[in-house]
Amino acid sequence: MTAKRIASVVAHRLAILAYVAFALFPLYWLLKVSVTPNKLLYSEGIKMWPSRTSFEHFEFVLKHSDFPVFFKNSLIVSGSTAIIVTVLASLAGYAMSRFDFRGKYWIVTLMLLTQMFPLVMLVAPIFKILSPLGLTNSLTGLVIVYTAFNVPFATFLMQSFFDGIPKDLEEAAMIDGATQFVAFRQIILPLTLPGIAATLGFVFTAAWSELLFSLMLISGNDAATFPVGLLSFVSKFSVDFGQMMAAGVMALIPACLFFLLIQRYLVQGLTAGAVKG
Amino acid sequence: MASLAARNGGSRRDQRPLKKRLADASAPYLYSAPALILIVTVMLVPLVLGISYAFRDIQLLNPFSGGFIGLDHFKTLSQDQNFYRALKNTLWWTGWSVLLQFVFGLILALLLDKPFYGRAIVQALVFLPWAVPSFLAGLNWAWLFNPVVGPIPHWLFALGLMSEPYNILSDPQLSMWGPIIANVWWGIPFFAITLLAALQAIPRDLYEAASIDGAGPVQRFISITLPFLAPTIAITVLLRTVWISNFADLIIVMTNGGPADRSQIVASYIFTQAFKRLDFGYASAIALVLLVLLITYSMLIVVLRQWLLSKD
Repeated sequence: MTAKRIASVVAHRLAILAYVAFALFPLYWLLKVSVTPNKLLYSEGIKMWPSRTSFEHFEFVLKHSDFPVFFKNSLIVSGSTAIIVTVLASLAGYAMSRFDFRGKYWIVTLMLLTQMFPLVMLVAPIFKILSPLGLTNSLTGLVIVYTAFNVPFATFLMQSFFDGIPKDLEEAAMIDGATQFVAFRQIILPLTLPGIAATLGFVFTAAWSELLFSLMLISGNDAATFPVGLLSFVSKFSVDFGQMMAAGVMALIPACLFFLLIQRYLVQGLTAGAVKG
Repeated sequence: MASLAARNGGSRRDQRPLKKRLADASAPYLYSAPALILIVTVMLVPLVLGISYAFRDIQLLNPFSGGFIGLDHFKTLSQDQNFYRALKNTLWWTGWSVLLQFVFGLILALLLDKPFYGRAIVQALVFLPWAVPSFLAGLNWAWLFNPVVGPIPHWLFALGLMSEPYNILSDPQLSMWGPIIANVWWGIPFFAITLLAALQAIPRDLYEAASIDGAGPVQRFISITLPFLAPTIAITVLLRTVWISNFADLIIVMTNGGPADRSQIVASYIFTQAFKRLDFGYASAIALVLLVLLITYSMLIVVLRQWLLSKD
C-alpha cells in the first residue's frame, strides 16, 4: 500500500467519523441531560458527562406526569394508523401492480397530487369538518386523518413490492381454480411480508412524528399524543430541562425501534423504485 | 351491449358470462376503493372547502362570521408586511436547507459507497436522525442552542464568534439559522439514502474500464458518476424543494415564527393564523396563495423537462 493510498483511507475514515459524530451528538446530549441530576445541571452545564448520574427525571416523568398517557395515546394512534394504512395500501397497491384499467392514470395522478400540495392548507377545513362530528379531541379523528395522509405513499411503496413478485405465481393458482383474491391473500401477501413490515414501519414513524394536525385537533390532556403533551409541558414548565429531555428520550424509543426494523429495507426499497422508475 | 362486447373481443369472442366480465372489470376499482374514498373525503373535500374559506369571513370564536366577503382577505394580505417577510424567509429556508442537505447527503453517499469494515453499523447510525420525530428534532436542537443547557453557544463563545453565550433563536437576525441547521441534520439521511441507492445501481465494470483507460478519480466522478446520478439528483432536489418549503414543524417548535415573526415561513404563518388567532378565513387565503405559487413552480419544472427532452 502506498502512502497516498493510506492517506486517502485515513481521510475516508475521518470523514465517516465526523458524520457519525454530527448525527449522534444531539441525541447523545438529550440522553446526557436526561440523566444529569438537577443539582449538577447548572454547575456542570456543558461538561460532556456529569460527575454523577441518576434516573430521577425518568422516575418523575413516569410516576408523576401525564406522559405515560400521552405515550399510550401515541402508541394507539400510530399503531392503528399503521395497520389500517397497510391493509388499504396492500389492496390499492395490488390493483396498481396487477391490473391495467382505464381509471389507473387518474388514480395515480390523484395520489401524486396529494403528495405535492401543502397539508397545512387542510388544518382549518379538517378542523371545521371533524368538530361537529365529535372527532376533534379524539384519537379516532387523528387515526382517520393520518390514515388518509399516509395511504398514497404507502400504496406506491406496496406497489413496488408487488412488482417484484412474478405474475406467474398467481396465474398458476388461478388455473388451479383459485379466485384472484384468494391467490392474492394466500400466495402474494405472504411473499410480500418484508414489504408489509417496511410499510408498517414507515407509516408508524410518520404517524408518531406528526405535529401540526395533532396540535390543532387535540386540546385536552386525555387525548393528547406525545408531541402535544411534550410541547405543552415545554411551554408550561420550561425550566425542568431534565424532565423534558427524559420525556424526549421516551418519545425516541419507539421511533428508533421501528427504524431498526425498516433500516434493512430503506436502500433496498428505494433501489427497486429507482430501477423501475 | 352484447355487440359492443363482441367488437371489443375482436375475432376471439369473449366467452365469459356477463356477470363474470363485470366482476373482472370492476376488480381493480374494488381493490382501490377504500383508499380512494378516504383520500377524497379527508383530503380532496377539505381542500375544496379550504379554497372557499379564502373568500369567506371564518373565525372560530365568532359565531356570526361565515359570510362571503369576496377578495377582502387578499386585499389585507397584499398589505401584510409579515406575509412578505414570510415569503422571503420561505425562499431563504428552502434554498439553504435543500442546498446543504444535498451537498452533505451526496458526500455521505459517496463515503458509504466504498466498502469498509463496519459499514452496516455506520450506515444505521448516520441514517438515524431521519427516524427522529420532527418535533423532537426541533426541541433537541432548540435545547442545544439554549445557553442554559446547550453547549453550542458556549462553543461559539470560546471560538470568539460570540461576545457572550446567548441563544441565536431569540436573535431576530439569526433565528432563521436555528431551524435550518436542525433541518439539515434531520434531512441529510434522506438525500444520502436516495443517492446511495442510485450510486449502487451504477455498473461497476464502467469504473474498471475507465481506470484501465487511465482515468483518475476526479475524471471518473465527472464522466461516470455524475451523469448516472443526474436524473436522481434532479428529481430528488425538485421534490424536496416543494416538501421543505411546506415543512413548518421545526420552525413552529423551535422559534414559533419569532422573535416578532422574523423566522416565519409561509407554511408556519398559515398555521399560526389558524391555530393561534383561529382566523380560518385569512389562513385559507394565505394557503391559496401558497398553493398557486407551488403550482406555478411545478408547471415551470414540467415545461423545463419538456424543453430539455425536446432538445435532445
